[in-house]
Amino acid sequence: MHKGNFKEMYLNTEQLDLGKFKVATSETLYMTVVSMLFVIIIGLILGLLLYNLGKSKRIGAKIFYNLLSIISNICRSVPFIILIILLIPFTKALMGTFLGAKAAIPSLVISAAPFYGRLVEMAFREVDHGVLEAANSMGANKWELVTKVLIPESLPALISGVTVTVITMIGFTAMAGAIGAGGLGGLAYQEGFMRNRPTITLFATICVLVIVFMVQWLGDWAVKKTDKR
Amino acid sequence: MAFIELKQVSKQFIQKNQRIDAVNQVDLTIQKGEIFGIVGYSGAGKSTLIRLFNGLEKPTAGKITINGEEIQQLKGKELRKFRKKVGMIFQHFNLLWSRTVEENILLPLELAGVAKEEREERAKELIQLVGLSGKNNTYPAQLSGGQKQRVGIARALANQPEILLVDEGTSALDPQTTDEVLELLAEVNQRLGVTIIFITHEMHVIRKICQKVAVMESGKVVEFGEVTEVFEHPKQAVTKRFVQQETIPEANLADFSDQYTEGKLVKLTFRGDQARQPILSQVIRKFQIDMSVIQGQIQAMRETSFGTLIVEIIGEEKEMDRALLFLVEQGIGVEVVDHA
Ligand SMILES: Nc1ncnc2c1ncn2[C@@H]1O[C@H](COP(=O)(O)OP(=O)(O)OP(=O)(O)O)[C@@H](O)[C@H]1O
Ligand SMILES: [Mg+2]
Repeated sequence: MHKGNFKEMYLNTEQLDLGKFKVATSETLYMTVVSMLFVIIIGLILGLLLYNLGKSKRIGAKIFYNLLSIISNICRSVPFIILIILLIPFTKALMGTFLGAKAAIPSLVISAAPFYGRLVEMAFREVDHGVLEAANSMGANKWELVTKVLIPESLPALISGVTVTVITMIGFTAMAGAIGAGGLGGLAYQEGFMRNRPTITLFATICVLVIVFMVQWLGDWAVKKTDKR
Repeated sequence: MAFIELKQVSKQFIQKNQRIDAVNQVDLTIQKGEIFGIVGYSGAGKSTLIRLFNGLEKPTAGKITINGEEIQQLKGKELRKFRKKVGMIFQHFNLLWSRTVEENILLPLELAGVAKEEREERAKELIQLVGLSGKNNTYPAQLSGGQKQRVGIARALANQPEILLVDEGTSALDPQTTDEVLELLAEVNQRLGVTIIFITHEMHVIRKICQKVAVMESGKVVEFGEVTEVFEHPKQAVTKRFVQQETIPEANLADFSDQYTEGKLVKLTFRGDQARQPILSQVIRKFQIDMSVIQGQIQAMRETSFGTLIVEIIGEEKEMDRALLFLVEQGIGVEVVDHA
């Protein structure tokens, strides 16, 4: 492949339609942000549940813990592209459609929430048990233990978990794009690949990378800001 | 009835199908306003015992009465309410790194539902009390060990507790900082009348601030009494070992007995005022003997002092015996070391 050819293929800026890029970027951001809100809430609850069950010595708790672990491992392990297809009926029933950015949300949440839940569990386990004992000795109840000790004392780990999860999810939105969810992944696939316009694919990739780097940077900054150790 | 009373209290753990008697049929009474020391080697059950006082552990058997309330029966909300009136101080401070000094002290006040303005005022007072003025907005990571423990003390005092439980509160600190923290605790005890239960494996800490001491060994309280009494007349082997940590080690005495063969090697123990009286010079003047000091030390205790002196006495056998008899009559502990 000689130079002129490469430039024509990948830097053919006439193919770029700013409007389409704007729409695709906002779709990607929309999918990520909305799913992430659900993922954080479900992940925190799941993580807390796993943490508490994991500490308990009762047999019932142990069984429940293993059951939850297996389910969340399955959700994490099924390749995302297959998960979407499997979930089409569910998505249709829930959202009324299986196409568009909105329709990608249930699959994104189901695959990422268990992943984040695990990270939350690990973050809670890292909290110094002496500090929990101190709070207990002050007469804290379960809820106060979570809100006043567990979450604040594991905040940097919770935040870096969000960063990792968001970045994984941005990757997933791109996959979802290939089967009709839109976004930058959709743009790269439908407009770039199917219509043989590599420039679009390249620039869509660059946009995804920029978003990922920004998320990483923001996450690192927030971790630094909250970590007073 | 005493302020705190333990009757036949036991705590067993089951671990890998093995029963561990961490606390074994303990009887104790602690008076209000006392600084009560519990001393014992690692694994003796000290931490388990102290955790029974605020219900962090439930006894397997026995009764724990504090201020007329049987606390082993408290549960849930009542137990949490009771805990708010008992402060606890830890070896490793257990501060929240995510909170500043002031915020750490605010935590127990928040948990007790104290109004915002009142608790902020209280936190500021406490920071003053423990000598950390100006450190309000510092995070624990930026404090020295001694400063961290001061925050721990302020936090434990936040809800004006009647009891302060201290589990190895000075064991992670260097000697000078230990003294500072002990002074602060003694001051808190004097000024606020807080009863302090103090766990340690260091006898000198007990000597410094405690009035009463209980010695623990494998779950049992093997010796219990006034600190001065226990120091002077340790009965159990463990107690003797603890006291020796402080005074002259036995091994040393034996070493001396090889080196000083001329006369009699004698270990004298003084107590209180005796340590300040010129008894030795009287002895030398009264009897036809010579005396040389080999080793000696005096320790200041809470209210009295306690000294040991190893001397060699040279002279005629009869004269030496009379001198020793005189010392015994003066109430001084006399122990003649036999030559090997
Ligand atoms: N939660 C528990 N489960 C099982 N065994 C325990 C538990 N807590 C304490 N033990 C056991 O009880 C015994 C007493 O422990 P404890 O921590 O009270 O000793 P300690 O005197 O405080 O020792 P140290 O000076 O090392 O702190 C030990 O044999 C310990 O292994
Ligand atoms: Mg201990």
